[in-house]
Amino acid sequence: MKAVMVGATRGMGRALARLLAGRGDALALLGRDPNELLTSSRDLVARGASGPVPTGHLDLAEPAGFEAALDAADRALGSFDALIVTGGDFAPQETLERDTARLARLLEVNFTGTVVLCQQTAERLARRGGGTICAFSSVAGDRARRGNYLYGASKAGLSAYLDGLGLAYADRGVRVVSVRPGFVKTAMTVGLPVPPFAGEPESVARVVLRALDRGKPVVYAPPIWRWVMLVIRLLPRAVMRRARF
Amino acid sequence: MDGLSLETVAGWGRHPVCRAAVARPERLRLPRAGRVLPRGLGRSYGDAAVPASAQSLVLETVRADRILAFEPSTGALTCEAGLSLAEILRVFVPRGWFTPVSPGTKFVTVGGCVASDVHGKNHHRDGSFGGFVGRLVIETADGRLVECGPDRERELFLATVGGMGLTGLITEATIRLKPIETPWMFVETEPAAGLTEMLDRLRHAGKDWPYTVGWIDCLATGSGLGRGIVIRGRHASRGEAPGVPPRENTPRAVPFDGPAWLLSPALMRAFNTAYYRIQCRRTGGRLVSHDAFFYPLDSLRDWNRLYGRHGFLQYQCVVPRAAGAPVLSELLDRLSRAGAASFLAVIKDFGPESDAYLSFPLEGTTLALDLPYRGPATEDLVHLLNATVIRAGGRIYLAKDAATRREDFERMVPRLPEWRRVRDRWDPEHRFGSALSARLLGDES
Ligand SMILES: Cc1cc2nc3c(=O)[nH]c(=O)nc-3n(C[C@H](O)[C@H](O)[C@H](O)COP(=O)(O)OP(=O)(O)OC[C@H]3O[C@@H](n4cnc5c(N)ncnc54)[C@H](O)[C@@H]3O)c2cc1C
Repeated sequence: MKAVMVGATRGMGRALARLLAGRGDALALLGRDPNELLTSSRDLVARGASGPVPTGHLDLAEPAGFEAALDAADRALGSFDALIVTGGDFAPQETLERDTARLARLLEVNFTGTVVLCQQTAERLARRGGGTICAFSSVAGDRARRGNYLYGASKAGLSAYLDGLGLAYADRGVRVVSVRPGFVKTAMTVGLPVPPFAGEPESVARVVLRALDRGKPVVYAPPIWRWVMLVIRLLPRAVMRRARF
Repeated sequence: MDGLSLETVAGWGRHPVCRAAVARPERLRLPRAGRVLPRGLGRSYGDAAVPASAQSLVLETVRADRILAFEPSTGALTCEAGLSLAEILRVFVPRGWFTPVSPGTKFVTVGGCVASDVHGKNHHRDGSFGGFVGRLVIETADGRLVECGPDRERELFLATVGGMGLTGLITEATIRLKPIETPWMFVETEPAAGLTEMLDRLRHAGKDWPYTVGWIDCLATGSGLGRGIVIRGRHASRGEAPGVPPRENTPRAVPFDGPAWLLSPALMRAFNTAYYRIQCRRTGGRLVSHDAFFYPLDSLRDWNRLYGRHGFLQYQCVVPRAAGAPVLSELLDRLSRAGAASFLAVIKDFGPESDAYLSFPLEGTTLALDLPYRGPATEDLVHLLNATVIRAGGRIYLAKDAATRREDFERMVPRLPEWRRVRDRWDPEHRFGSALSARLLGDES
């Protein structure tokens, strides 16, 4: 696989990038912090990525720069065949309720930016016969809960988009993998109360890698969340309200 | 936006504990102000990686674990301080490289190995971890990034190796890996009927073997005092090992805290005797995986829980060669008279000491014992053992200690004033501190 990764310097993206590097895939890293990108690039080279791991600037909040970043990645890797977006924004509900500028940015990054990037990449991959697009949504997008519906809404939109993208581009050889992690212990979630079934980035990465290789359209990780969310989706609204979910 | 979580922090021995804020960032950076304690995988037994009070921030390095460079012509590996030996082995053993020094568990970080200047079964030949460190990057108390090594900022380097996290935050390290031909170990065991025989066999094996260690049945008394097994090993050559790597074992977890009867002297005695008998029959050479040779305890994850919720102390001391058998038998004798059963007594020959001020190893013999924690009685036993060690000119290992008194410590470490001077220069306000430094150095908590 020749994969372009957005968000691979941290958390689940970092763990997934290491698995890909470990089996000798070619990688390019896009992101905002040049030092972090360079450090992660060195890590992935040492862990066995094929060739150097080029890095480039991409901010999910600035869609104007996407085409140029994808062009550069294409040049550096020689036509990549996969895009993996693990990057995203997160803030606690109270922060988002108070600070609408913060909210706007989160929606921009998690929904608008990610959708535009995937759309541009899908076109690009379809033109050359196909490829894979993998983006990390969240179980929070499966059902609105009072405690995190703002973040959840951005991911619900993304999930719906990825579903549709998979349907629309299947005939043109583009496979879409939508990952819905449950609570994962990363730097992003430090300080939050840890719910049952919380996962580690490494085990999530292994689940995602299997799905990537098989082109599975929707993956829950850790896998138990598929069943947890099945139950939560079936809960009647009145129960949700009474249980103060 | 890395957050903090409030956690109960303890060493591997689960005593003592302290509740404090813990940060686990992917990028190591000191907070601008306040007290800090760096911590790796928490495999030090006592209070070295435990804060003295909730005022201190615990900075766990485990997510800062990136490999920054590897030079195949020399084996030089540059990495962030949170990288674990387990991960180094996973990545580099297939390429023919091994960590130059390995403690008895691979779940330790490079930073933790530097800060404790850990030793392995090859100390008699290769010395301790610090000898393989070419360069460190340290964030000092004032927020500066300082490069140090044997050839630059040497004093800071010598104070940091073995310095138990009290001179600054190690963010990056360059260490020299050593080449191996295969992932297999060639191992031999032989019994020793008593202490003098044990010491003789260890010395003798050390002449030809890179790795040696002895295991003592410390419940045997009288003429059997010090009886046990000598284990010696080396990396297997291409000619003698199978072409396939050894099978990896999946660690089993200990699901609950051990009940008190598990630690009863009768059971311990039965265990030790059985182990001794089994090992006596297993003489001769055999091939084993490096995991089985170096890290037998790692196959049981969380085995520290076997000691129950009061935890345990580990006592490890070294006595100079000249003191020899009489002092060691006095220590074993005190132990058995105190009825403080020990699953594990490990004995090992050390080579010459290093220049690092607080480094533990010293040319002579080291003894390591597990002591179930039973409150003041256990601490009294430690003081008693310490008195013998001090008289012999020996010292204790800070990575395992939780009970030594300040005045005893001062008598054990002649280079302490030098170390203090260097520490005070780089961290005049003692921003870096632990329960250990409060106990042994008189830092305010
Ligand atoms: C089963 C077992 C067997 C062992 N066998 C041996 C053995 O054979 N030989 C031996 O020498 N030791 C042995 N040990 C002890 C162990 O090797 C040391 O305690 C080691 O330092 C633990 O590393 P860690 O990453 O867990 O560090 P921690 O326990 O988390 O920390 C240890 C010390 O290092 C400091 N530290 C950690 N990271 C940094 C950093 N980045 N910058 C500055 N300071 C830092 C901490 O402040 C603390 O003082 C054993 C331990 C166990 C549990």
